[in-house]
Amino acid sequence: MGRYILRRLLIAIPTVAVISFVVFAILALAPTDPLSSFAADPRVPPEVRATIRHSLGLDDPWPVRYVKWVSSVATGDFGFSFMSHSPVIDLLKQRLPNTLAVVGVAYVIGVLLAIPIGMLSAVKRYSVFDHVATTFAFVGFSVPTFFTGIVLIIIFSINLRWFPFIYDSTLQVHDLGSLLDQVKQSIMPITVLALFDTATIARYTRSEMLEHLPLDYVRTARSKGLKEQAVVLRHVLRNSLIPVVTLVALGIPAVFGGAIVTEQIFRVPGIGELLVRSIGDGDTPVVAAILLIFAVLVVLFNLLADVLYAVLDPRIKYT
Amino acid sequence: MAAPAAELSKRTALAGTITRPPRSLWKDAWWQFRRHRLAMVAVGTLTFLVLFSLGGPLVYHTPTDKIDFLLSLKGPTEAHLLGTDDLGRDLLARLMFGGRISIAVGITSVLLAITLGTTIGAAAGFFGRLDNPLMRLTDLFLSLPVLPLLLVIIYLFRDSLRDRFGPELGIFLMIVGVIGILNWMPVARLVRASFLSLKQKEFVEAARAIGARDRRIIVRHILPNALSPILVAATIGVGGAILTESTLSFLGLGFPSDVPTWGRILFDARNYLDIAPHWAIFPGLCIFLTVLSINFIGDGLRDALDPRKTS
Amino acid sequence: MRWRSALAISFSAVILAAACGGGTTTTSPTPSVAVSAKGSAAPAGAFKRGDGGDLKILYWQAPTILNPHQATGTKDSDASRLVIEPLASWGPDAKPLANALAAEIPTVANGGVSADFTTVTWKLKPGLKWSDGSAVTADDVVFTFNQIHDAATASTTESNTEGVKSVVAKDANTVVLTYDAPNPNVYQWGVGTCCGILQKAQWANFTGAKMKDAPANLNPIGTGPYVVDTFKPGDVVTYKANPNFRDPNKPYFKTVTFKGGGDAESAARAAFQTGDVDYAWNLQVAANILQPMIASSTKGKMLTVYGSSVERILINFADPNAPGDARGEPTTKHPFFNGPDGLTVRKALAMATDRQTVAKQLYGDGLAGKAGCNIITGVPDYESTATKSFCDTFDPVAAGKMLDDAGWKLGSDGVRAKNGIKLKVVFSTTVNAVRQATQAIEKAAWEKAGFGVELKQVPAATFFTNTSPDGANHFWTDLEMFTNNSDPDPTSYLDGWTTKQIAQKSNNWQLGNYNRYSNPTFDGIVDQLRKETDPAKRADLIKKANDILILDVVIIPIVTRTQVTSGISTTLKGVVPTGWDSEMYAVQDWYK
Repeated sequence: MGRYILRRLLIAIPTVAVISFVVFAILALAPTDPLSSFAADPRVPPEVRATIRHSLGLDDPWPVRYVKWVSSVATGDFGFSFMSHSPVIDLLKQRLPNTLAVVGVAYVIGVLLAIPIGMLSAVKRYSVFDHVATTFAFVGFSVPTFFTGIVLIIIFSINLRWFPFIYDSTLQVHDLGSLLDQVKQSIMPITVLALFDTATIARYTRSEMLEHLPLDYVRTARSKGLKEQAVVLRHVLRNSLIPVVTLVALGIPAVFGGAIVTEQIFRVPGIGELLVRSIGDGDTPVVAAILLIFAVLVVLFNLLADVLYAVLDPRIKYT
Repeated sequence: MAAPAAELSKRTALAGTITRPPRSLWKDAWWQFRRHRLAMVAVGTLTFLVLFSLGGPLVYHTPTDKIDFLLSLKGPTEAHLLGTDDLGRDLLARLMFGGRISIAVGITSVLLAITLGTTIGAAAGFFGRLDNPLMRLTDLFLSLPVLPLLLVIIYLFRDSLRDRFGPELGIFLMIVGVIGILNWMPVARLVRASFLSLKQKEFVEAARAIGARDRRIIVRHILPNALSPILVAATIGVGGAILTESTLSFLGLGFPSDVPTWGRILFDARNYLDIAPHWAIFPGLCIFLTVLSINFIGDGLRDALDPRKTS
Repeated sequence: MRWRSALAISFSAVILAAACGGGTTTTSPTPSVAVSAKGSAAPAGAFKRGDGGDLKILYWQAPTILNPHQATGTKDSDASRLVIEPLASWGPDAKPLANALAAEIPTVANGGVSADFTTVTWKLKPGLKWSDGSAVTADDVVFTFNQIHDAATASTTESNTEGVKSVVAKDANTVVLTYDAPNPNVYQWGVGTCCGILQKAQWANFTGAKMKDAPANLNPIGTGPYVVDTFKPGDVVTYKANPNFRDPNKPYFKTVTFKGGGDAESAARAAFQTGDVDYAWNLQVAANILQPMIASSTKGKMLTVYGSSVERILINFADPNAPGDARGEPTTKHPFFNGPDGLTVRKALAMATDRQTVAKQLYGDGLAGKAGCNIITGVPDYESTATKSFCDTFDPVAAGKMLDDAGWKLGSDGVRAKNGIKLKVVFSTTVNAVRQATQAIEKAAWEKAGFGVELKQVPAATFFTNTSPDGANHFWTDLEMFTNNSDPDPTSYLDGWTTKQIAQKSNNWQLGNYNRYSNPTFDGIVDQLRKETDPAKRADLIKKANDILILDVVIIPIVTRTQVTSGISTTLKGVVPTGWDSEMYAVQDWYK
């Protein structure tokens, strides 16, 4: 196993390099422009645009820019944002805590809720609980997050006045009162995201459990006189978790990538919001940095998922 | 641990002959499926929605694009059964028209994603030497930046597709292609995970021992057992695809704004939620019913195709 | 999981896309009259500095930099304006206002402007201090000008320095600006968002190309009423009252929170429904959403003023379907807009264009815009009346008849055709709810006249770039729609329809004449306008140029839009909007 992990880590380096190359190529080909907001403005004449493009290094062909970028990233320097001219790393540092506080918390809540719900739904298939859970899950898939967000705002911010819908990133948590404020301003975005995460993961858990419940080994375990609870938790759940682990692991990079719609609706200054704005602005250094980090996370968590398979099912062998 | 499925199906088939005359696998499945009450209700609902979209305009002649500000944002009335939108256009007519596109896009693009994902996942999980390259490819696709990628796709393909297939079919193909290509990866990972686990099981060993070819082992033995995550992915995917279609148009990639689709109607309605809730509720309900019925059909299918579940 | 991200990303593009065309306005009318600070602010002694708490400002685009000369949008210019001020501001009457560094507005009458319109002498207010306590001198002004003027700096405000020969310090408090040639537009440099004065000490080591790397870009020292406390680019700026501000009683608020992000609809909710913010910028929302919110609001009200913003439809004079490299090049001719029947077809299209419905239903008849007919608007002296009767006609049936008479006969598909050429148009604009509703309205109206209409939407970020084939400047469709605006002096704006400004492949579509309109008479008028110094004659020329663009149907103006369209708290006082400068131009006067 140790050798396997080491080998995978070594393969990860060229993988990330290839990904970064493809990503950079896509960015270079995409028709966006750091000056698009000035397009129709006669105050910014073509010569100024040309100089700005030149000073940002945009005149070089993109393979040259890629090489320059890779060599500076290799030394840990992600460069400067075209828009704010501040170091990309500073922007990421400002935003990561917000993303984790909202998207991360929502994901953890989603996973923690989803597995028991999915399990219970499967064990008590076609019970009232199962039907309610199923209905909720499908509301979760068919109602997009932009919609749930607005519904929550109308109910809880405008009508009930319980929670604010403009996220205050300058809030410092130092006492109980400010902690309460933090909870109040995070609760709606977290709910929106957790609803979706819970719905998805619960469906997979339920379906996998259903797959395993009628199997012979379960019957055997029961006939040994094990309590139902023990059978479900110790045998069925463990065997059902493999696809769920895949899903949870695949979702973690997305946590770091932020949840764009929700961040936008509630004005949470997270990574997702930064990414989408930077794409619109053609702010390549920021976009490339976020995507690179994202790629590294995808590769790492997929590796982690593979390792977990082997833990959950000892018969899975990697060579 | 798990009982060999091949043996099981033999046993159940044997049980079948005792109670009923012999039937083929598909007849058997259909018999099973019909017994799944929710699945049958779901088939009914989906059929209704399809008929509503295809046949509705034949009976209901109100145009989808007649603007009348006097009727703007009115709730359901006799003349406009589901009410009107901000420009006073008839919602029922728009939902009928939109259903064709939404259902077609939802199902086709998910079929594409599932087919791609299953093929790649199965190949990676079954053939050890393909595992690494295919999974690194999956990593690559998972890391691709969706938004710039879409912009590049528009840039490169929209005009040529439009010229070759006409504006409507061209855009449809592009949307289906884009959604399919961007969403096969989780399916591939899930199928691979199931395959990794299943290919070690006794029944696979048994099949191999009696000389079954790889292809047969994959299709006949492993795949049916890996079906449930695929079906869940498919049902979740249809709803996602219907909604994604609407948002693609905001990148200049989807249908133009004058083509109503369910997702688009829902999106347009979002800011009128407190003024005209009916505008959002009906398209939301259509999407919800479609996704829900596809889910129950999936449930029924899985039970019907499950060799262990003949009763 | 991926479903969500695909959905998510595309959704927010929508929000980005809501940012419509046009940046901020700036610079330059006639130098005849000048206005000093008017009685718009609170009566003297009404409040003392720091009496108020926190002023909450909400922009749905977030500022990313606080150096006005590196700004990439209104959000940046506005956020920096609380700190960095120009010599003077553009007031609500499109005339300079001495509410900033200059003691008074130089005019020919007070000797500040030379009789030949080549030199302008600006005097600074006595005893001005930077927020760090050091003195503001003429050197700072000279330094700022030289920085912006230096092409290596690539300042986004550089064009205002073109044609300026020099800016020199006459003494510690006086600067003299000299133009290369007599310039009727004497306030070209010094007034408005173009010309925020930087502190020399802070930027001295970051000149030319290095300016973009200056740490001061994120934390500038200025003379404005507030100083930056914290700045998170793309998110929020917090400010504190400037202890060294020139007016000892101002500003009223202790602190300001300038929050960015989100979308216009929910910004409107924050202003009108929850009252979470005191000032919500640019509420570009359909009137039928805004009106009920405003009507039922006890917390907020609308703040609007007209400037020169016009929502317009551009007609393509080149052929957007020409094969290969010739596509949309000025060497090609549009098959029906620029053929022998060109003017007839264009006129028919204009006649079938429904601006009243758009103005009434989407812009709320004066709430955020009114039906408009001129491209030059906002300055009464320049507003033409010759176009009115032409624009007042909305008659798709008559338009159809006009086409019929010219031989364009209705086909079985409802589209007119002549000699095998069909009147089929592709009509593109940005992704934006109000614009899509406008498209739907015009499509229905044009179809009545016998045009076939295909709609197309492009996200704003792609629409406003010269690198995209979907861009407004490539203009590879028959018609396109967006908003643009002008300085009080419209010379450079009008220049955007002259032959030498035609956007095409050879100039990488960087120039302003997207229509590819070419008319020697029009070019001549703009040339004359550059030289003419007599105000009455200038006004005449401007109107003439405007009339050509409308009556020759180069553009079809739809709606004259409000320049400021903000929601403000009912408790916020002293806010007087201007259509020609930053919305923050007089933020020191705001109080509660």
